[in-house]
Amino acid sequence: MHYTFDFGWLLEYWPVLLKGIGITVELTLVGGVLGVSLGVACAWARALGPGWLRPIVTAYVEMIRNTPFLIQLFFIFFGLPALGIRMNELEAANLAMVINLGAYGCEIIRAGIQATPKGQFEAGASLGMSRIQTFWHVILIPALQRIWPALSSQIVIVMLGSAAVSQIAAEDLTFAANFIQSRTFRAFEAYFVTTLIYLALAVLLRQLLRGVGWTIFPRRGAASRAR
Amino acid sequence: MSLIEITEVKKRFGDNEVLKGINIDVEPGEVIAIIGKSGSGKSTLLRCINGLETIDDGSISVAGAQLLPDEIHLKALRLKVGMIFQQFNLFPHLTAGRNVMLSQMVVKKTPRGEAEAMAKKMLERVGLGHKFDAYPDELSGGQQQRVAIARALAMQPIALLCDEITSALDPELVNEVLAVVKELASEGMTLLMVTHEMRFARDVCSRVVFMHQGRVHEIGPPGEVFAEPRTPELKQFLGML
Repeated sequence: MHYTFDFGWLLEYWPVLLKGIGITVELTLVGGVLGVSLGVACAWARALGPGWLRPIVTAYVEMIRNTPFLIQLFFIFFGLPALGIRMNELEAANLAMVINLGAYGCEIIRAGIQATPKGQFEAGASLGMSRIQTFWHVILIPALQRIWPALSSQIVIVMLGSAAVSQIAAEDLTFAANFIQSRTFRAFEAYFVTTLIYLALAVLLRQLLRGVGWTIFPRRGAASRAR
Repeated sequence: MSLIEITEVKKRFGDNEVLKGINIDVEPGEVIAIIGKSGSGKSTLLRCINGLETIDDGSISVAGAQLLPDEIHLKALRLKVGMIFQQFNLFPHLTAGRNVMLSQMVVKKTPRGEAEAMAKKMLERVGLGHKFDAYPDELSGGQQQRVAIARALAMQPIALLCDEITSALDPELVNEVLAVVKELASEGMTLLMVTHEMRFARDVCSRVVFMHQGRVHEIGPPGEVFAEPRTPELKQFLGML
């Protein structure tokens, strides 16, 4: 083996990497916030919503969970223009990630809602709250608390899965890595550095999500202890 | 006109008829204990009055308002009658104070300051003014149940339904909850309580309802019901046979 490692290209290409990191972070934040919001709405619809809405949401969830992310992305970016719906590559990437996390998030959050003791719904009702008010003020936060670790993992998975958006030329971190290795032919070094950056991003994201959990769930373990 | 009028109420779960035509009229300020074996329909009756179960036949009215199973009528009814549950059902993610404030702000649109003042007042009333900022899991069962009572009182109901509110408590915690209920009774609150606390029923209640197999089997002042039960079922229930 006569390969000589050379990381000298970093001096020249770090702005490209930085831009890629920026796009990946942006995709993750937008995808995370909007995806979880969509997931909450769909979980409500599937667990507690009106009967006519449930099959529609179920169809969406199963459609997304049983097809590849890459195909969903291609469909949005290359397929939808046939219907006159045109987006640039970043908009398409954002939309694909929101739709994807929305479906997986739905199932995770629904589990949290369905584990709610019946008494919580009855207490809300007996105080005169409507079903929606009870869901929003009483059920949702403890439900999210129950499944927060699982939901956090899913958000990290979606962040890592965002590497696929480089395939529609959204200039994320993976796009940057491909670009650098095609210019420098330093494939090992380029993907090695990229791997480390993804690893760091994932660790940071987990910490961030843990922090978010500490903020919105004031009582650790309270939801599981309440009967 | 009585405050609560329960007329020929029937309730079925599948093939099982749990309530077979219940008639009870409750006057303002009355304290009524509902006793009976498990499965006799006591809790179901209470849950029907608050619209947590729909009735199959008959009618229930509270202060002239009919119980109808749509959200507007249910809300109007639930603003008149509060309910306390066996399992407390406090909201685990909110402090005691916020538990008492929530429905005032959400349902009655009471401004935060007013809701907070009311919550403080109601927590004082149940002897827990100092626990305003405590979370439910930091409170004993008895304290949690008193917060639940404060939460119901903050909506200023004209009657309270208590569904075995001391059954989930350790024996030494039962009295602090019953003391609060007794205080409410002496202040003239109308109370309907399903209970196994016979001594409490005897001392505090104006009437006792004995339910058996989905019917009101005996009803009367506690003196009569406990001292001179007329039916063998009640005698057996009271351990006199």
